[in-house]
Parts: sequence; C-alpha cells; structure tokens
Amino acid sequence: MSEATTHHGGDRKWTDYFTFCTDHKVIGIQYLVTSFFFYFIGGALAEMVRTELATPDPDFVSPEVYNQLFTMHGTIMIFLWIVPAGAAFANYLIPLMIGADDMAFPRLNAVAFWMQPVGGILLISSFFVGAPQAGWTSYPPLSLISGKWGEELWILCLLILGTASILGAINFVTTIFKMRIPEMDIHSMPLFCWAMLATSALILLSTPVLAAALILLSFDLMAGTAFFNPTGGGDPIVYQHLFWFYSHPAVYIMVLPFFGVISEVLPVHSRKPIFGYRAIAYSGLAISFLGLIVWAHHMFTSGTPGWLRMFFMATTMLVAVPTGIKIFSWCATLWGGKLQLNSALLFAIGFLSSFLIGGLSGVMLAAAPFDIHVHDTYFVVGHFHYVLFGGSVFALFSAVYHWYPKMTGKMYDEFWGKLHFAMTFVGFNMTFLPMHYLGMQGMNRRIALYDPQFQSLNQVCTIGSYILALSTLPFLVSMVLGLVKGEAAGRNPWRALTLEWQTTSPPSIENFDEVPVLWAGPYDYGIDSESEDAGESVEEMLAEVAEVG
Amino acid sequence: MQSSTTNTTVTANYQAAPTEHHGHPDHRMFGLVLFLVAETMIFAGLFAAFLIYKSTIADFSKELELTIPTINTIILVSSSFVMHKGQSAIKNDDVKGLQLWFGITALMGAVFLGGQVYEYAHMEFGLTEHLFGSCFYALTGFHGLHVTAGLLFTLAVLWRSRAAGHYSGASHFGVEAAELYWHFVDVVWIVLFGLVYLL
Repeated sequence: MSEATTHHGGDRKWTDYFTFCTDHKVIGIQYLVTSFFFYFIGGALAEMVRTELATPDPDFVSPEVYNQLFTMHGTIMIFLWIVPAGAAFANYLIPLMIGADDMAFPRLNAVAFWMQPVGGILLISSFFVGAPQAGWTSYPPLSLISGKWGEELWILCLLILGTASILGAINFVTTIFKMRIPEMDIHSMPLFCWAMLATSALILLSTPVLAAALILLSFDLMAGTAFFNPTGGGDPIVYQHLFWFYSHPAVYIMVLPFFGVISEVLPVHSRKPIFGYRAIAYSGLAISFLGLIVWAHHMFTSGTPGWLRMFFMATTMLVAVPTGIKIFSWCATLWGGKLQLNSALLFAIGFLSSFLIGGLSGVMLAAAPFDIHVHDTYFVVGHFHYVLFGGSVFALFSAVYHWYPKMTGKMYDEFWGKLHFAMTFVGFNMTFLPMHYLGMQGMNRRIALYDPQFQSLNQVCTIGSYILALSTLPFLVSMVLGLVKGEAAGRNPWRALTLEWQTTSPPSIENFDEVPVLWAGPYDYGIDSESEDAGESVEEMLAEVAEVG
Repeated sequence: MQSSTTNTTVTANYQAAPTEHHGHPDHRMFGLVLFLVAETMIFAGLFAAFLIYKSTIADFSKELELTIPTINTIILVSSSFVMHKGQSAIKNDDVKGLQLWFGITALMGAVFLGGQVYEYAHMEFGLTEHLFGSCFYALTGFHGLHVTAGLLFTLAVLWRSRAAGHYSGASHFGVEAAELYWHFVDVVWIVLFGLVYLL
C-alpha cells in the first residue's frame, strides 16, 4: 500500500461534520444525525399529543395547541426524519456498495444536505408566529384560515426539503447508473441500490407535483388568488389531487429504501443467499409504478364518483402483489438459515411482522366500502403507524445496528441493543394496535377531546407511547457505549459479501485503497464453497485480497 | 479530497467515459436530463390543475388577445434552431460562431420576455379577478421565470466563451446544457400556448 492510502475515515476531525464537506460518508452521517435530532423533537411532540389524549377532556393543552402539535409531529417525522434518514444510508452506502470513490455530484450532495437544517429551522420557527394547524396534509380551505405565517413557513420548509430530495435523487440515479465498477452489472448490484433506484424514480416524478400544489397554495395564502378557495370559485379537491399525487408515492419514498435495508440485513445474518434476487429488485420498480397511479384512494370520501373509486381500489390492491413478493422472499431467505439473533436481525424481524400487519390493514383500507366506514378515524392512524413506524423505523434501527461497525469501526453494545428492541416492540404494539379498535368503534382522528367510552383504550396507547419514548434511552446507551469502549470491529464483522465490507472500518477517505474485487455475487452465501459456512471462505478470500494489495 | 495518487490509479481502471471533467468521467448531462424530468413534472402538475378547472367549471375560459403571443411563440420556437447553430459552431471549434448564434438567441429570448411584459401591461384582468386570470398569470409567469433562467444561462455561456479555450470542439458541456435547457423551455411553451391560448 502506498503512503496516500493511510488516511482512514478515523482521520476525519469531528469539526468536519459541521462543514460543507463533499465526502459522501460525512454527508451520510450528517443526514443521519440531523434526522435523529428531528426524531427526538417529533417524538416529544407525539408524547404531548398522547398525554393530551390520556383523558377525554382538553386539560393538558388547548385545542389550538393540540392542532399545532399533531401537525408539526406529522410534518417533522415525515419530511425531517424518515425521508432524510433514507437519504442518509443511501449517501453513505451507495458509493461503497458499487465500488465508487464518491457520489456523482459531491458538491450538489452537500448543498442538498445543508437544506435540511435550513428547512427544519424554518419549520420549527413557525412556533413563534403560530405554528400551522391544518394537519400535515394542509388541506384548504382550513389551511387558508388557520394562521397565515405558520402555514407559509410550512410551505417554504416543504419546498426547500422537496428540492433537496430531488437533488439527492438525481445524484443517486446518476451514481448507480454511471459509477459502478466495470465488472458489476446491474444484476449483481446490491438490492439496496435497486431500492434507491426505485425510490429516486418516485422522487423525480412525484415531488415536483407537490411543489406545484404548494406554489398555488402559497398564492392563495399570500396573494389573494382562489385556486383552492371555494369562496372565490376555486376547488379544494384539485389541491387534494395534486397533494396525493406526491404524498401517496411519498409513503413508498419513505419505505422503499428500508425494503432495501432488509434485503441486505436478512441474508447476512441468516447466512443464506437472498431468495429471489430479481423478484425483489423488479418488485421495487413495480411498487414505484403502481404507487404513481393509486393516489385517489385517499379521496374516496371527497365526492369521488363510483367508477373512479373502482379504478383506484383495484390499483391500490394491486400494490399488495409486489409487496407480497418481497415479504415471501424475505421469509424464504430466513427459512432454514443460521440466524444470528443480534439487534440488527431482531429489528429486521420486528420489521417483517409489523409491516405485515400494516400491509394487511392497507388492503382493508383499499376497499372503498370499508375505507368510507373508517375514513378519518384512528383505524387509519393505526394503519399508517404500522407501516411507517413498524416498517420504516424498525428497518432504520436495523440499518443503524447493521452498519454501525462500518461507520464507527467499533461494535455497539449488544445487551442494550436487545433491550432497545424489546422496549420498542412492546411499546410500539401497545401504542398502535388499540388504535385499530378505536377507529372501528368510530373515534375520529385529529381531535383533542373525545367520547369518554374510548378512554381506557386511549390510556393503553398513551402508556405504550411512554414505553416507546423510553426505548430511545437504551438505544443511546448502546451507541455511546459502543463508541467509548466497544471492541474494534475490523473490516467485516458480519462476514458479509457486499463491497462496503471490503474496505476498512470506518472507510478511508477515498473509500477503497484499490479498486475492490467482485469475486462473488452480493448474496452468494454458501455457494461455490467447500465448507458449510460460506463465511469461512469469505474470510480467507478477504485475507488473500488484503495480501495481494 | 480527490487529489491523492491512489485516486488516479483507481479512476484509471473505471470504464472509459466519453468525456472527462476534472479528471473524472463527466456525468453532468445525465444529471441535467434527470433534473429536467423533475421540472417537467412541476409543469405537468400546473397543467393538470388548469385542465381540471377547465373541464369542471362552467364558463371558466376567457378570450385572450392572440397577436403578441403568436409572434412570441414564433420567436421562441425559432430561437431553438438559432441556438443549435451555435452548438454546431463550437463542435467545429468556431468560438466566434458560438458567440454570434448564442447572442442572437439571447436577444430573441429578451424580446420574448419583453413581449410578455407588454402583454401583461395590456391585460384586461388581474391576478385575483377570476380563476382563469389566476391560472393565466401563474402558468405564463412560471414559464417566464424559466425563460429568464434560460436567458441567464445563455448569457453565462457567452460570458465564459470570452476566455480563450474555455469552450472547444472537445469540451463544451456548458453550451450543450444551455441548449438542452432552452429546448425544454421551448417545448413547455408550445404545450402551454396550446392549452391556455388555443384550447
């Protein structure tokens, strides 16, 4: 190895993480830490919402403040937590997984990241001028009459974050298509990259439409036009169409990257080749396509004519097919594997079980007659938390544990990690499962005061949410303990086959000391190997590669 | 960050790209195309809103004066061909030709914007008068913003072309990018003109 290769990621000063750094690994960690910062803010807001709902009366906060709380909770969790967290892993992992030295457009990448804190500060500052109260959907005409400046800051924040998201997607697609090492064709690419390809396509096609809706909404708010204001002849339903043309695909923007994560974590920790590589890869693209033509299922009760409901009902149910293909492929991957039940795999299995429930209640909601019955009730709240928390967040924690050794060079603390999982799983199910019953019995969402008959179940939810909040403590302990006294991880603690594990942990500034060698497919565990455990031969191969280098 | 000796050996092994940018394969055109896909979808959103209003609201449309917009359309569409002459010129290492044709394009773009300002000044309705007026100003205004951006892009190319050897037959990404962007603005205008003025 030459002199120049001795600069390792560890050489990064902590101050680098506060600068306009163009290294994709720094940007990935910047994204991750920023998004976790907003997770704690959004979580605190959620706890205030749940505390208010512990009793039927509005005794903790006023209804106006309650409206601000759930509006800001939704907005922060979606636009400042889960979407940037997906971008965090994409930024950190894509160049490493395809053997590139950086993203295609490093400076554009840094610009996109620094829009996150700017957008976040704008949004949070709206609390000083009266935060938005119209829910994260900001339906007019409510959003036009419930506080002008808070709403305008909300629009600005979303336009900034949307732009950042589009710039990121341009970068991901270009990097994936143009910067793979020559011997890696598109069908030997890790599934996480496939997932980001599908995600980026959605971002490029749907986010701009939200921008169009927000620009028009801003005109209504600030210039006195009446695009969405019925008193001036406008049509609020047009806003709903434009909004959901983005925001339905947005749920796949939030979950597809984490489908990719699961496809990486499961084969490594069960020592099995992934089942149905191409099926998983193409089903992601299928989800993207179907995601773009199902938006009006959010509008079954908006005066949508019957024939249109039929179309959107059918296409929505079709989404279950590619999703089912993925779920079955993941289960088949686990089947008969040598499971290493560490925190990463536990969270991945937690993802499988919770996301399955969210997916099934999604099929229920796709049926227009049932949807009309439970529309705007807690059933919907329960459903989307099973998808977004049970899906995205569980997989996100799985990703954090799985790649923590690569990012820090240290092992996290397994005991506290498992405690984190246990508390999250219990707290999560306790919080969101009762919501399905509440919704079926008719409890509306977005209300601060409710009928006393719903009190006992609401208290279960609230206690569950406290457990969920406390579960972040063992998480932080596990992360900090790992940093302080975790054992050195080495290049490849999981004996995984994707390229990011071929370089040092943390990776050197230039990612790879020499062009990485692609000597096996990303998931070829137990294939072409004399020994029963493919991991053995992996270690040998890695040692050989290191010697040659 | 990208300066060490190892890095050059690494990139040397990468697939040979048609063009290079600071020693790296040049992916900027690919990125620009993706960006324009996103831009197209913003306009698609606005057009969709316009079409929904048009098809659901009775007597939504208002009569528009067609003379100036038609002249404007002819100017903008032909400026795309003028600009292409500039790109062909630089491919033959003809910087003077690039400057000539891009200069004419910039002039034509400015005339288009001037025509739009004139049209706005003589309009019979304002932004908030009725829904059609709001749509009219939102759509043409947003497009005008893009023409302005394209004009600035063209002027930037002209500015940079003054440095000897900045653009050549082998290296002229800025020229091609400006041209692609201008074509995009042009195509959007044709759709917009058809929807708002003629339909």
